[in-house]
Amino acid sequence: MKSIKEKHSLAIRWAHWINFPVLMIMIWSGMLIYWANDVYSITLFGHTFYKFFPAWFNKFFDIPFRLAEGMAFHFLFMWFFAINGFLYVLYTAISGEWRQLLPNRHSFKEAWQVLLHDLHIKKMLPPQNKYNAAQRIAYSSIIVMGFGSLITGLAIYKPVQFYWITWLCGGYHLARIEHFILTIGYVLFFVIHIIQVTIAGWNNFRSIISGFEIVKEQPTANIKISEDEKPV
Amino acid sequence: MKNPFSKQPIEKIVLQKQINRRNFIAFGSFIGLNALAFGGWRWLYKSPVEKSGITAGARKPLRRALNQTELLLRKTFSNDHLVQTYPKSMAATNVRVNSEIGIDDAGFDSKGWLLTINKKDGSQLKVSLQDIMALPKTEIVYDFKCVEGWDQISHWGGVKFSDFITHYNLQEEVTLQYVGMATPDKAYYVGLDMPSALHPQTLLAYEVNGQPLPVKHGQPLRLIIPVKYGIKNLKRIGTISFSDERLPDYWAEQGYDYYSGL
Repeated sequence: MKSIKEKHSLAIRWAHWINFPVLMIMIWSGMLIYWANDVYSITLFGHTFYKFFPAWFNKFFDIPFRLAEGMAFHFLFMWFFAINGFLYVLYTAISGEWRQLLPNRHSFKEAWQVLLHDLHIKKMLPPQNKYNAAQRIAYSSIIVMGFGSLITGLAIYKPVQFYWITWLCGGYHLARIEHFILTIGYVLFFVIHIIQVTIAGWNNFRSIISGFEIVKEQPTANIKISEDEKPV
Repeated sequence: MKNPFSKQPIEKIVLQKQINRRNFIAFGSFIGLNALAFGGWRWLYKSPVEKSGITAGARKPLRRALNQTELLLRKTFSNDHLVQTYPKSMAATNVRVNSEIGIDDAGFDSKGWLLTINKKDGSQLKVSLQDIMALPKTEIVYDFKCVEGWDQISHWGGVKFSDFITHYNLQEEVTLQYVGMATPDKAYYVGLDMPSALHPQTLLAYEVNGQPLPVKHGQPLRLIIPVKYGIKNLKRIGTISFSDERLPDYWAEQGYDYYSGL
């Protein structure tokens, strides 16, 4: 017998789908800004493995010579990014949903098992609630990262007025690097997120739009073993 | 054809209807809101560029947003918020040169140079480099920040703009809201809000690394204003003016934020 199981509240769905385009615009306008001083690369022992970003990449996304434009977009959409993130955190805190989101003391061990399972190394999955341990860690980290982007962003944006934030980030120069690395982090998160969502399938994807999943109820699930009948 | 005698329980049909209804509402709203968001984005992206004036080159709504954000964040400005300073040993010996607009006039006569102050009453004050160098000297070693994203610790020496104002009795002038500075050839010019100009770390600089400014760094006198991006740090000051209106600014006419404060 099928039944409806509520999964994502309306607030969470709104926050998710507002964040997606806003973050896209922030990353895009951030690239327009970064281009004006595109000095970062992955270099080990004098060998450059990757330069952020190669010429073909800049050309493909039409990035060059758009610094002023990038700044204008970035400093408008930063408000939406911050406000949406703030409301999301506020909601999860007040509604109590943080209990399902924050990693607990089992999460790190279980996340490892989830990883082994997802890589088809192990068959068994640890017991899951709304989110499994790996999801708890991922979805909590992404909030920490978002907060990090705000802080490092403020540190670069107003390094004199908010000098103490810049100091916290280890100075202006470092703050810009951190801001950039966090952005790369979002892109990696996005790629894995999309792969996982694709694998998880339609029922799961629908829940971030309509809020519910359809579950097949198992009648045995209702049988409760009373205390004195439990094996010792 | 459905079998009317099917044993499908009524709850199952009701459930399916409920699922369909919720899906319809959710996906309908989702698609509708997406279309709205996309339309909003297209409107913004294709919005017309502002009319050329003190600022130019930015999309109208984005310029409005820049200006509003400026008004809000100006409230965080304080003379007590100082840019971090460093020991002289950390200053770059090879100070980066990013632009020669306004200082590439080969016929410029540095010896005959005088700083012109356009006073409120319409008169002009002319000041020589010797006069300026006779005022108390202030040095600063700080992280110079370019709007492009690079930064460099550099060492500058000169007179505090606020000391200069006091010495030349320009108190009347600084009651106005904006200061404008321009190169002698008028090719480069910046507009500054008065609080930033009067910030205790704003210098009229004549030295870099303890030596007189070379041409590439704005010989004989330049602005060093650590609370702003490099674009506001005008090289080779020719004239200084005051006004209650925003004064012309080279990069604000190219789509950049007028305030450009740090």
